[in-house]
Amino acid sequence: MTILIRGGEVLTPEGLQVLDVLVEGDRVARLGEDLHAPAADVVDATGCWVGPGFVDLHVHLREPGHEWKEDIASGTAAAAAGGFTLVVAMPNTDPPIDSGHLARFVTERARLVGHCEVRPAGCITLGRAGAYLAHLDELWDAGVRIFTDDGDGVADAGLLRHAMEYLAERGGVVAQHPEDPGLARDGHMHEGSVSARLGMAGLPALAEELMVARDLALVRETGTRYHVQHVSTRGTLRLIAEAKAEGLPVTAEVTPHHLTFDHSRVETMDPDYKMYPPLRTPEDVDALVAAVRDGTIDAVATDHAPHAAHEREVPFEEAPRGVIGLETAFAATLAAVGPDPQLLFERLSIAPARILGAERHGVPVQVGGPANLVVVDPTVVWTPTTFVSRAENSPWRGTELTGRPVATIHEGMLTHHDAVVGR
Amino acid sequence: MNNLLTTEDLSRETLDRLLDLSDEFVEVLDREIPKVPPLRGLTVATLFFEPSTRTRISFERAAKALSADVMSFSPGTSSLKKGESLKDTALTLRAMGADIMVVRHRAVGAPWRVAEWVDVPVVNGGDGAHQHPTQALLDALTIRRHFGKLDGLEIGIVGDIRHSRVARSDVYAFATLGAKVTLIAPRTLLPRDLEGWPCTSTGDLDEVLEQLDVVYLLRVQAERGGATAFPSWPEYVGRFGLSRERFARLGEGAVVMHPGPMNRGVEIAPEVADSDRALVLDQVRLGVAARMAVLFTLATGRGLTREVTA
Repeated sequence: MTILIRGGEVLTPEGLQVLDVLVEGDRVARLGEDLHAPAADVVDATGCWVGPGFVDLHVHLREPGHEWKEDIASGTAAAAAGGFTLVVAMPNTDPPIDSGHLARFVTERARLVGHCEVRPAGCITLGRAGAYLAHLDELWDAGVRIFTDDGDGVADAGLLRHAMEYLAERGGVVAQHPEDPGLARDGHMHEGSVSARLGMAGLPALAEELMVARDLALVRETGTRYHVQHVSTRGTLRLIAEAKAEGLPVTAEVTPHHLTFDHSRVETMDPDYKMYPPLRTPEDVDALVAAVRDGTIDAVATDHAPHAAHEREVPFEEAPRGVIGLETAFAATLAAVGPDPQLLFERLSIAPARILGAERHGVPVQVGGPANLVVVDPTVVWTPTTFVSRAENSPWRGTELTGRPVATIHEGMLTHHDAVVGR
Repeated sequence: MNNLLTTEDLSRETLDRLLDLSDEFVEVLDREIPKVPPLRGLTVATLFFEPSTRTRISFERAAKALSADVMSFSPGTSSLKKGESLKDTALTLRAMGADIMVVRHRAVGAPWRVAEWVDVPVVNGGDGAHQHPTQALLDALTIRRHFGKLDGLEIGIVGDIRHSRVARSDVYAFATLGAKVTLIAPRTLLPRDLEGWPCTSTGDLDEVLEQLDVVYLLRVQAERGGATAFPSWPEYVGRFGLSRERFARLGEGAVVMHPGPMNRGVEIAPEVADSDRALVLDQVRLGVAARMAVLFTLATGRGLTREVTA
């Protein structure tokens, strides 16, 4: 397949330049002005940014086990529509990805039906039950590099220390969903003025901060690479900034919804605002946006968490947690941090690829470089009403957004091409 | 008024109107035949997803006194156990002809969700620890009938505020009607953040006891975790129970209220519960009239009623 991306502002190793990009096979073949390729599919990128395809460190594809919510085919199609060429699938499936053959299933299935590359994350503990180590050796041999019990934190410090010691030898990343189970007990939303008025049990900021503080002490001892998932509080940001200043091997991600909404949204009682960690205060939102700009946060990750419509037709407290985010990630992040293409590609592609060690992703556009690319229009206005994802539980559903991927190219193949919208 | 979901946004004018109407229905309930026809032909459905006897009976009595028919839904006998969603349950009851729905649910916000899905008025019959607006209305009615008004009264709400939808409803209704409200509880049973609440709070009952016109007692909701908030029951009773000794120190005209069910010997001494200054049974009695006022107002608002004959 030959693809000519014409007239876009291209993120190259030398910075942004208006260039044509010719893709042949799985490589960028040529960069230049007024390129011609008569047989090529042409993507008009006038007014668009062209850069490395987005990389999401945190998605739930729900396969195996929860295919009525999403599966690898539908989830990766949503990823492609959102500009992603690589996603990391969380292991809280049924069965959980706690051994080698299950990780291989996800990788192989994605190769067969996927619209982007999928790298499974593996469990830290067997069955995500928090009692024994998962088959970290098998998972590693199956290519897993990120380990997490996402959905729950690993509460047992002794067990986490063992996992860290084991993975430190190999360079694996321990990714933590930081939530102290005692402090978070029965909570459904941020503990604060809104939860007090609504009479809902709260998830205090401290539940996140306490576990991160503990984990950082373990990182200091073990030297393990540690990644904080979906940071939501100012206190966590302070801990991460201090750890980075100290030189600890720590990285962090934030979701677009935590960069956008605060806890007052829960007053609508709409389960599309239910997520763990919960939406925090306006001050936390501001601090998270600042942290994306200053580098305390390395990556924007969606925590794409699809649920079927009927599962949300219940009261807020009984609704499942999480919202989808792949298709709105670019627009939401753009709205939060502003029209800074270098920063956006860094947080949505380059940094997450680096954390993952994915050499064919997050590479600025260059001749001979991998053809994992995205073309985004930063000015097109659109309103998400339907989704490529099987699910619709998006807090942005029906909300006007600015900015959208026009085309996504994965290993030289067009996996998404928005020929209509905004063209 | 399209629905009655919360007391937070009720104006003084709306509250006064509902209380005036309640007074009229009190008079109806005192008649030889305590029944009027304005809701004839309408069906009031009670969807009580959380076990409750007194509130359901009170609503059903109110509906029948307005000549409405009543449909009852309760989880014990329903398809909820078969996995039906709240939305499907609500739409099913609507399809069977419910004209007004009263929803009680252990989860916060359930009546709001139902109100989104159905095209008939919804009354919040209590959602989690959030709101129970008809309780606030009947409490305000009880106080207004006893004192003539709420303006300037000092009302202390004592006990498990954190888990109480009654407290969350009463605070707003009482304050809007001009009362000065104080929440009295150990710190572990107060909401963690009272920003924006129209009241003050203290952990010392004895400090404020003698100023109060109304002592409003709440049960400790052990089932919601209230009982883990203090070291022992004797410790709680000693600090926050309305004992005979504390009762004797109350001001001359002060009254005692409780939304029920009472735990005698815990938040209220048996002798206090039985005294003629405890308005507990007045609350229950007036609850029917207050709920008649709510059902009548909602039906009128949607143009569902016949001529006013109250």
